[in-house]
Amino acid sequence: MSTLLVLEQTLNGIQFGVFLFLISAGLTLVLGIMNVVNLAHGALFMMGAYFASTFVAWTGSFFIAFLLIIPSSVILGIVIEMLTLRPLYLRDHMDQVLATFGLILFFNEGVKLVWGVDPQPMPTPELFTGNVEIFPDAPYPVFRLFIIGVGLLVAAVIYFLIARTKVGMLIRAGASNTQMIRAMGVNIRFLNTFVFGLGAFFAGLAGLMAAPIISVESGMGDEMLILAFVVIVIGGIGSVRGALVASVIIGVFEVVGRSMLPIAMQQIFPLEIAQTVGPALASMLIYILMAGVLFFKPQGLFPARTG
Amino acid sequence: MKIKLLAFAALGALMLQPLTGTPSVAQDKEVRVGFLGGLSGGRGIFGKVQKEGFDLAVDHLGGKIGGLPIKYVVADTQNKPDVGRQQMDKLIKQDKVHFVAGVTWSNVLAAVYKQALDNKVFLISTNAGWSQLSGKRCNPYFFRASWNNDDTPEAMGQALQGKVQNVWLLAPNYQAGKDMVSGFTRYYKGKVAGTTFFKLGQSDFQAELSQIRAAKPGSIFAFAPGGMGIALIKQYKAAGLDKTIPMNTVFAVDYLTLGAYGKSAIGNFNTSFWDPTSKNPANVRFIADYKKKYGKHPSMYAVQGYDAALLMDVGVRAAKGNLSDHDAIRAGMRTANINSPRGGFQFNNNHNPIQNYYLREVVAGKDGNPTIVTRRTIFRGHKDAYHTECSMSW
Repeated sequence: MSTLLVLEQTLNGIQFGVFLFLISAGLTLVLGIMNVVNLAHGALFMMGAYFASTFVAWTGSFFIAFLLIIPSSVILGIVIEMLTLRPLYLRDHMDQVLATFGLILFFNEGVKLVWGVDPQPMPTPELFTGNVEIFPDAPYPVFRLFIIGVGLLVAAVIYFLIARTKVGMLIRAGASNTQMIRAMGVNIRFLNTFVFGLGAFFAGLAGLMAAPIISVESGMGDEMLILAFVVIVIGGIGSVRGALVASVIIGVFEVVGRSMLPIAMQQIFPLEIAQTVGPALASMLIYILMAGVLFFKPQGLFPARTG
Repeated sequence: MKIKLLAFAALGALMLQPLTGTPSVAQDKEVRVGFLGGLSGGRGIFGKVQKEGFDLAVDHLGGKIGGLPIKYVVADTQNKPDVGRQQMDKLIKQDKVHFVAGVTWSNVLAAVYKQALDNKVFLISTNAGWSQLSGKRCNPYFFRASWNNDDTPEAMGQALQGKVQNVWLLAPNYQAGKDMVSGFTRYYKGKVAGTTFFKLGQSDFQAELSQIRAAKPGSIFAFAPGGMGIALIKQYKAAGLDKTIPMNTVFAVDYLTLGAYGKSAIGNFNTSFWDPTSKNPANVRFIADYKKKYGKHPSMYAVQGYDAALLMDVGVRAAKGNLSDHDAIRAGMRTANINSPRGGFQFNNNHNPIQNYYLREVVAGKDGNPTIVTRRTIFRGHKDAYHTECSMSW
């Protein structure tokens, strides 16, 4: 395996990591700030992809689809918050888990009723179909670079919003002491709705960015949800910075491990065994990493100061 | 903890599944048929189109099987072996069916076959190609309207044999993935550049594609059903690999998913037992009526479902409607004397079809949308690799 390929795989890992961050950013916000376990985050991701597919089919433009994703995913998030989560804030996590698990089933079957069981089409936007040669002889898809750009932009926006704005200040205050902020005359109910809407928007955005490269189908969010939980557990629940760092670590670990491990195994074991052990071990890598991190730092890499 | 809760909640969801059908009064003059399909969940589309094909055949038969009225019970396995088992149990004990058709996945078939066969209920697989039932465990009550797992990749291996020098193999890391790879290499004797067994359900293939590009193989062979195939081929196209390394797939590109692939599927080669461009009257009628009924082009999975109903019909007809004459029903089905959209075929001693396999290519149609054309016939009357292990003979 050449050095160039290792470098390229590292870039692939970073790109996959940033994509994971897009999915987990909203989840960690909602869990950290609102203290709500939202299993429906993967369903919101799926809805983002379905919306994107529909909007692109209507308008033919990825950019207009993006503009339409903002209101549609935020409204969907707000409706979910008002109908299912609001009555559950004072209950324990188990009730929230059951309610949001129900939402997964609801949306997975719902999309089949509305769009049919067939996977939905979603082309790569024209502007980003090309390749650039970052490494010699290895053209890299522009769309994947675009994903990295969007992911970093989202990180910057969240940082600015939480750390530098009035709303962000209220959100932080609400997370650390709900009673106090209510006594100060702040409408915490509105604040929760706002945060959930924001989380839904990030999920929808991730769906939009994923749709051109993966299959838009019922249940597509389930696997992503598990990965997103691994990210926020490693990164520290509620920490956006932690989510970003953990995503990239997981991305590189997963991609480089997945491509190297089977080759390394073939040096040690006979081909037959290596072909069985290699992929099996590779698919466990990130969970082994998670177990390792939790052993040494049970709060995750960047324990959030609030929530 | 989260995982535990998820599992708990999933259990709850299982218990909520609706009951289909009502206990039937045993009557002499009706054929009771169960369709046991994986109809819900993300992979439910495969089962659904098999059932659509089956339903269309029942329409073509005038709502009857072998001239008898049909009592039709649909059961959903949810693509889970344990649920499939419960549903099979219900079909046999409660609905007292004579025939069961369906079953999409090999692992579900492995869980349900014994119940049907031990109770002397005819089971016709409309998809699952688990090879164990083709060899030592072949059974007089088990028929396939589809194929053995290895057959389709064997055809692809034959298609590439002698034509390309160096092939990279890609398949999910589970039993069927290994079967596909061993089927392919049974006929492709050239050099293998490398083999990747990826995680079942994987959706990001950039790492694999980088690795393949660096290895510079002459061609790729991939088994990637459902969403995995869609993700793989979209990303293969986006990475620009289509310009240098051709993609050959089995069970990835078909009319079932062609809409979702869009233009990214153009240039893909695949093998199948079904030639959608065939002008044989049964095929023309099947495609036209399927389009009329469901508003889309049928896929090979619909052909498999369609033929299962026709096989029941020819069986019941041979027994002159006497549903307890299992030998006569079996003899009728063994003739495979049906108007299949795939054209004529015979059954091997293990009740697997002896059929043709075609190399097909996805090209841009007149309207620019992708369509499938047949390039050449790879095998004529292909027999699966396991029939010699089956002790049944007739």
